[in-house]
Amino acid sequence: MIHLTAHEQLAALRTGATTAEALAQQHLDAIRRLEPKLQAFLHVDETTVLEQARSVDAKRQRGEPLGALAGLPVAIKDVLCTAGRPTTCGSKMLQHFKPPYDAHVVERLRQADAVLLGKTNLDEFAMGSSTENSAYQVTRNPWDLERIPGGSSGGSAAAVAACEAPLALGTDTGGSIRQPAALCGVVGLKPTYGRVSRFGLVAYGSSLDQIGPFARTVADAALLLEVIAGHDRRDTTCVERPVPAYTQTVEQPVAPLTVGVAQEHFAAGLDAEVEQSVREALKVYQQLGATIKDVSLPHSQYAVATYYLVATAEASSNLARYDGVHYGHRAAKFDNLIDMYCKSRGEGFGAEVKRRIMLGTYALSSGYYDAYYLKALKVRRLIKDDFDRAFAGCDVVLGPTSPTPAFKIGEKADDPLTMYLSDIYTIGGNLAGITGISIPCGFTRSGLPIGMQLQAPPFEEEKLLRVARMYERATDWHTRRPLP
Amino acid sequence: MSLTADDVQWVAHLARLELSAAERAALARQLNGILDYVRQLEAVPTEGIEPLAHPLPLHNVFREDEPSPSLPVSQALANAPDRQGDFYGVPAVLD
Amino acid sequence: MADLPYRIVIGLEVHVQLLTRTKLFCGCRTDFGQPPNSATCPVCIGMPGVLPVMNRRAFDLALKAATALNCELVSFTKWDRKNYYYPDLPKNYQISQYDLPFSKDGWLDIQPAGGPRRIGIIRVHLEEDAGKSLHDESGGGGSSRVDLNRTGTPLLEIVSQPDMAAPEEARAYVEELRLLLRELEISDCEMQEGSLRCDANVNIHIPQSDGSFLATPLIEVKNLNSIRGIERALKYEADRQYDEFQKKFGKDWRAQGQPKAFERLHRVVDKIEEAKDGRWKEVAKATAGWDDARGVTNVQRRKEEAADYRYFPEPDLVPVLVDDDWRAQVREGLGELPAAQRGRLQAQYGLAPYDAGVLAAQGRAFVAYFEALAKDCDDANEAKNWLTNDVLQTLHERKLGIREFALTTAALAELIREVKATGLNKQRAREVYAEMLASGTTAKQAVGKLGIQVVADEGQLLAIIRKAIEANPKAVADFKKGKVKAADAIKGAVMRETKGQAKAELLQQLLMQELQKA
Ligand SMILES: [Mg+2]
Ligand SMILES: [Zn+2]
Repeated sequence: MIHLTAHEQLAALRTGATTAEALAQQHLDAIRRLEPKLQAFLHVDETTVLEQARSVDAKRQRGEPLGALAGLPVAIKDVLCTAGRPTTCGSKMLQHFKPPYDAHVVERLRQADAVLLGKTNLDEFAMGSSTENSAYQVTRNPWDLERIPGGSSGGSAAAVAACEAPLALGTDTGGSIRQPAALCGVVGLKPTYGRVSRFGLVAYGSSLDQIGPFARTVADAALLLEVIAGHDRRDTTCVERPVPAYTQTVEQPVAPLTVGVAQEHFAAGLDAEVEQSVREALKVYQQLGATIKDVSLPHSQYAVATYYLVATAEASSNLARYDGVHYGHRAAKFDNLIDMYCKSRGEGFGAEVKRRIMLGTYALSSGYYDAYYLKALKVRRLIKDDFDRAFAGCDVVLGPTSPTPAFKIGEKADDPLTMYLSDIYTIGGNLAGITGISIPCGFTRSGLPIGMQLQAPPFEEEKLLRVARMYERATDWHTRRPLP
Repeated sequence: MSLTADDVQWVAHLARLELSAAERAALARQLNGILDYVRQLEAVPTEGIEPLAHPLPLHNVFREDEPSPSLPVSQALANAPDRQGDFYGVPAVLD
Repeated sequence: MADLPYRIVIGLEVHVQLLTRTKLFCGCRTDFGQPPNSATCPVCIGMPGVLPVMNRRAFDLALKAATALNCELVSFTKWDRKNYYYPDLPKNYQISQYDLPFSKDGWLDIQPAGGPRRIGIIRVHLEEDAGKSLHDESGGGGSSRVDLNRTGTPLLEIVSQPDMAAPEEARAYVEELRLLLRELEISDCEMQEGSLRCDANVNIHIPQSDGSFLATPLIEVKNLNSIRGIERALKYEADRQYDEFQKKFGKDWRAQGQPKAFERLHRVVDKIEEAKDGRWKEVAKATAGWDDARGVTNVQRRKEEAADYRYFPEPDLVPVLVDDDWRAQVREGLGELPAAQRGRLQAQYGLAPYDAGVLAAQGRAFVAYFEALAKDCDDANEAKNWLTNDVLQTLHERKLGIREFALTTAALAELIREVKATGLNKQRAREVYAEMLASGTTAKQAVGKLGIQVVADEGQLLAIIRKAIEANPKAVADFKKGKVKAADAIKGAVMRETKGQAKAELLQQLLMQELQKA
């Protein structure tokens, strides 16, 4: 049952072929079996999981109206607040923190009668591309346990790939949904900035952060997106705009379809096997009747530099609140107030978080603001303008999600810049605020999944999902599952 | 323009981060590497380009001046590392 | 003041809490005096993952204030984060406005004793308040307790030009500002409760032999929590700066040329100045606390560490666009402002500027009462006299506003007419007024109740006057020598005889007539 898609599991629940409790139990069993190796979850409370499942079963038995995810287990990245439950952000800083509120998306899941399965591992405060930066554990790639699952939503990607959960929520500030989706061979969608409320998402880069779904199929991703998207008065940057019925249209092919290809997406550093797979995917679209068109994203080469200034500047301010006064870690010994701040933060944050706070603080500091932060905001506009121009001539832009397949654990740990470059193709989408999806498009000879990215203009998730589904229907990459 | 050990110390102070000597040395090296990389932005002509701080052109989003419930004091202070009665306790603020 | 050997230059930075029901970015109540940490929520505690949402009323009130201060309302304004660590600032950044505040370049006309002045306003911006740290020195080692109830309360920051040339002007500025903001129901401006807080930037300019001025370093005086305190603190601080200057350089400082410490002439502007690179920065500046009990300022050593607030656009809030319609709507909602009101009271009722000022300073309701009374009794001057003396005193004693005042304008107008008709003297008239207040009777009833029988019979009064003249030959002689005042002694005797009930005008007329004859 756990290997079925979310849609299939829901159908089984509807027909009575299984119960929410049984389904939850099967996933809990899988978690018990796999976690010692995989380390995808930070917190799973079996009792609460089963309670939730039983209450959905009871509701169904009473004939009460049920939500769109009734009885379906969903895993949640531990950067999303769950009321009264641990929300650690993968950081020692918040080891004992329990927020008194649910994130908006968590409320939506509860309203949809989903079963909240547990909180998944991540790079500390969502800063990283490998999930090695968690203060608690290193999540493994289910296709090769020696390798990283990508990040920062590596726990969610690995959990869905290994069938510990049919669906999971991740967050994407600079590729953190799409890159691990590609590296774990699942579907991951980053919605348009403003499509999903950020309320209760612990902020990293506020003008970039978006919450999105992980799933094993495009239709399943559409299902979860439909549940979480839409207006929320608590997030000023979340737009008031109707949410299309993605699940109703996802099977409709887009015709005519123009697929844009940017030469900048096939630059130096791109793995040959990844390039090969993506070029094959273009042929598939061609066979499906699409027009392939060259587009240009001349400023995309500056996306990583721009991102690491904008995101870290915002992060340096967003993470200032962790100071040991109102919540979170406080050092045991200190001399005075400033010392208390410095020690608590020095102890509570890991190396990557410190690095980004330092970079962002420096970029905003007096004398450097113009050269770094302000300059980055200007280039950010140029990057967005590139996309606007490109989308004037095509429906979607297709390219690789990540320049390489999953790398080995520890391989890039000492070289932050190389690590940052693994997000080179995804980061532009965050800077421009557009939507993007990564779907499986092949495997390396050594059996590692390869993902391709499709990007679409703001609020064109419906079209994006339909285009992704066209490819998925024509191929079977998404049906393969890792061994463990 | 390269980051000195003093600069690292100053930025760490601004960010209220205690760093060990080893961390300071590593950070000086890594941050200089990253700054060298981001300096490629200097090559981009941005004369007359409006900075883009928000990806969406939204404006005038307000809420009405209507009260909503506050947290019970016990819940507000539930996560406080040093709770002093109904207050947060901190080392003396005056230095 | 005119004799001081220096000029004083004062600029004020006033923070006022806006009269909203809820905080700037969350729904917590802003009422003063709630139990500690009982008016907080995840947003104002700055918990992880929560987001600010702008209070529309706070923005409306801010627009109103800026319009009343003759400021330009800009069409595009945004929010910025000001980053600094402090335990009563839970996010460790304050949401404020930096390079694009919603308003700038206004002014406020004030009426200090020295004559009317126009004080420039550099900018008015909106920001969130911090919480309160209560310092506890008792526990040894020292610890503080933090209450976040006030955190996130909407604050308006009003920065003046350094246009005030005397402590009295600073006082008049804050008084006028308070009147304006209270009248418009923008803030209750209770300094005791901290809903109006004032910091003063002050230095002195000392004339030199070549005709130029030397400026002492700018000091920011903080913790000014009463109107009187502002004036006292600034007087003290200006004197202190001059003393320090004298002590350092002696009386013969001119001979030494420019004293080293003052080499750099301080440009006296507001706290924020535009640096060469076009970016704004805060000018490092020494601060002083005002100790009201001891009546001294305590200058803190200039901090070596320049503040670096790392301002940047607040990504969690979107900009606000203000169009012409919105501006016009705000303007229409203002009504008559105190300055315009003072002018009209003078023009329409022939009041002296001082009297118009006293009336306007009491607020709109009081002025409305005055205008109704003036109409009812048909004598603006008498209406003004009664209101600015007796009625104001009554309100003050009973801690009432004019809306709670027991006498209607019709009742008070009747008293004024009665006094005029009968010639009742001021003292007896006050007794009648007091009786009206005490028993709620009309003026006529009160006169009857007090048994006041005005002696208005010419024959009867003449007889008493003549008797008094006979009894006071010395006074009469003095009067003849030109001492007009001497008549008062005789008048007093007549009043005693009539128990103060002689019709005042008639008495005066008959007395003069008889004295001429004597
Ligand atoms: Mg301020
Ligand atoms: Zn609140």
